[in-house]
Amino acid sequence: MTADVGGGRPAAAAPSSSPFAIELKGISKSFGPVQANKDVNIAVPKGTIHGIIGENGAGKSTLMSILYGFYKADAGEIFVNGKLTAIPDSQSAIRAGIGMVFQHFKLVQNFTVLENVVLGAEDGALLRPSLAKARKTLQDLAQEYELDVDPDALVEDLSVGHQQRVEILKALYRQAEILILDEPTGVLTPAEADHLFRILKGLRDQGKTVILITHKLREIMEATDNVSVMRRGTMVGTVKTAQTSPEELAELMVGRKVLLEVEKQPAHPGKVVLSVQDLRVMDEIGVERLKGVSFEIRAGEILGIAGVAGNGQSELLAALGGIQPATGTVMMNGAALPLSGHDANGRTRREAGIAHVPEDRQMLGLIMDFTAWENTAFGYHNEPKYQKNALLMDNDAIRSDTERKMATFDVRPPIPTLAAKNFSGGNQQKIVVAREIESDPDLLLVGQPTRGVDIGAIEFIHKQIVALRDAGKAILLVSVELDEIMSLSDRIAVMFDGRLMGFRDPETTNERELGLLMAGVSGDAA
Amino acid sequence: MDYATFLQVLDTTLRLSTPLLLACLAGLYSERAGIFDIGLEGKMLMAAMSAGAVSYLTGSVWIGLLAAIAGSLLFAVVHGLASITFRGNQLISGVALNFVASGITVLIAQSLFGQGGRTPPLDGAARFNPITLPLADQIAGVPIIGPFYSEVISGHTFLVYVGLLMVPLSWWVLYRTRFGLRLRAVGENPASVDTAGISVVRLRYTAVLITGILCGLAGAYMSTGLQAGFGKEMTAGRGYIALAALIFAKWRPWYCLWATLLFGFFQAIALRPDVIENTIGISIPVPALDALPYILTVVVLAGLVGKAIPPRAGGEPYVKER
Repeated sequence: MTADVGGGRPAAAAPSSSPFAIELKGISKSFGPVQANKDVNIAVPKGTIHGIIGENGAGKSTLMSILYGFYKADAGEIFVNGKLTAIPDSQSAIRAGIGMVFQHFKLVQNFTVLENVVLGAEDGALLRPSLAKARKTLQDLAQEYELDVDPDALVEDLSVGHQQRVEILKALYRQAEILILDEPTGVLTPAEADHLFRILKGLRDQGKTVILITHKLREIMEATDNVSVMRRGTMVGTVKTAQTSPEELAELMVGRKVLLEVEKQPAHPGKVVLSVQDLRVMDEIGVERLKGVSFEIRAGEILGIAGVAGNGQSELLAALGGIQPATGTVMMNGAALPLSGHDANGRTRREAGIAHVPEDRQMLGLIMDFTAWENTAFGYHNEPKYQKNALLMDNDAIRSDTERKMATFDVRPPIPTLAAKNFSGGNQQKIVVAREIESDPDLLLVGQPTRGVDIGAIEFIHKQIVALRDAGKAILLVSVELDEIMSLSDRIAVMFDGRLMGFRDPETTNERELGLLMAGVSGDAA
Repeated sequence: MDYATFLQVLDTTLRLSTPLLLACLAGLYSERAGIFDIGLEGKMLMAAMSAGAVSYLTGSVWIGLLAAIAGSLLFAVVHGLASITFRGNQLISGVALNFVASGITVLIAQSLFGQGGRTPPLDGAARFNPITLPLADQIAGVPIIGPFYSEVISGHTFLVYVGLLMVPLSWWVLYRTRFGLRLRAVGENPASVDTAGISVVRLRYTAVLITGILCGLAGAYMSTGLQAGFGKEMTAGRGYIALAALIFAKWRPWYCLWATLLFGFFQAIALRPDVIENTIGISIPVPALDALPYILTVVVLAGLVGKAIPPRAGGEPYVKER
């Protein structure tokens, strides 16, 4: 271990002879019939950034929750700095020098940064001395690790990137020597993510140990020293990052060869399907979210909209999907679409040939307590093929239709009577995508098609989108995953602050250029 | 309205505001911790009956006060079990406890005393008597301030002053202590408290028990301070008015004081139709005046007083997530 950085920290973090900060031996954990972790072994060397990668549901988060005392393992032992340590609750984990930055931040929104940092680590029954001490410590930490945050700002006023820094500061304030980050970059811009990795490397160089949980191969390659791969609750291997490749990791994760690049032929754009002129959206509190957006999409073309979440992409999809009132002109196959009022709704959009895979499938795409076949009928329940007679729906027809779609789209398990909530994220998404693509639209609006979806399913969904394009349909793809935009799109538009910052050709642009546009720098169109 | 009458109304306002204030602050602790408590009414009723009965039986209002707190705490524990331990619906638990209190108080009083569900009248040491504050008589002659001090401020019972002192105390606890920080945090985002290694369950129970104690004081005041003995349904919806005041006060201690004083003021003028008639020149029927605090409650609950943002985790049982 390098020099004792902070001085005077708890005994558990004192220098010891073990080369490992964390060793987990034979960890198993079940939730009912589901075995989330099966005899997992891992050793994390001190002073390294250690990646843990795996698909959704591979058991990464469960493993780390056990380490942080959130769950109790059914079997297995935890060694911290070579010492057998019982971690029955989070307090014990904190005492052992372990800090955790959760994917969904555990911050009190209407507290100041300082109050959030101090919460649970107060020095006495009165607040003032604690707050004063924390203010001093935060200044030191800010200088040491590029972790600047205004201590008196309310958390709800901070950007997501800054909120994440508060989470890291919380852990460091508790003198964490081992920092676990769960999917930390999901909500960050590329620049913010780079800054985060700089911070993490700084922490490592000061002798701290960082565990980075992610499903993004690029981040593993970029930021880690070693990487452990999990698949279906088991640890399938640990390798040095420098000696592996994204392809090898993907294969380890999924258990078979995976195409990371989407295979597609050059596009053959046809006639203009959708033409959008000066589209504007005002939200309910009177803030303009979409500030005059214009573009066209042709048949047989995928237009990708890149951007950091919250820059108007959701409103664009909602306006085009008939969910949110807007102003401007939108022509679909030469006919104007109603943008506000009674006729602007999902049904008229479907009749106009627009299908919509919404960003938030659990809120807008599915009713989670309803069965797969019921969900398959939603929006298309008036179609003649689903009617038995003037009064009754033909549920058998819907069920058999659902079975067919489930087979085509490889939904697992292929049981139409299972409730939507009982499918994994990827399979839920396949149900939605199957419903929308099978409606044979002229235009597909698709938002975050692979959010929370595992690699195998991502590959499948991407193929379906490309196949739809090759069938001569127009596709508007909105995603915060730059990789996805780059590999799927035929043209890329970058959105920032409610405007399109410009169009780029995926063949000639690069992540750096797009990243700058996403941050609002050097736009060439208003 | 002359100054003396005005002071009388203020004096009555303070007396009538006290049970509302104690109940309002009681609700503040629970709701700030994320546990909605619609059962303030039931706890007050239980406490009022306990205080009335035990004060009469022992002859000591202090023992009666302890009994009131115990009675109220019993209900608080049940609410805690239902909403914290068993993660039940907090509104249903509160409503159920109100029904239970409404029935059981009369049942116990009737079986103990056989006076139609009331407790026998209290006097002497079995009730809280007015306290004359120091110098009240001496400065009574000073113009304006003198009568205000001796008439309005002085001459109330013990629990009135407890209620008033609870306001700055609650503010201090909430905003200046570690416990307060954690209490506010657990009502906003219990996961933040849990991941910081603090027990959400213990914090919430503590808050619910404080609510029980304060409701105990509020109920005891009803039967041993404001009146002399317990009567059927004597709280008359004060628990709900306190809840409305809490929303009006946006869950802040000082605002609780102002809000309950306002409700108390309406109750006070309802008792003085003569004053109103003299002041505005129109005779308003007494039932209409009696209804005023309740009408104000409805107005407040209808959200006509601006946006009140409740603690964000309020009403939601805490379940650990992955």
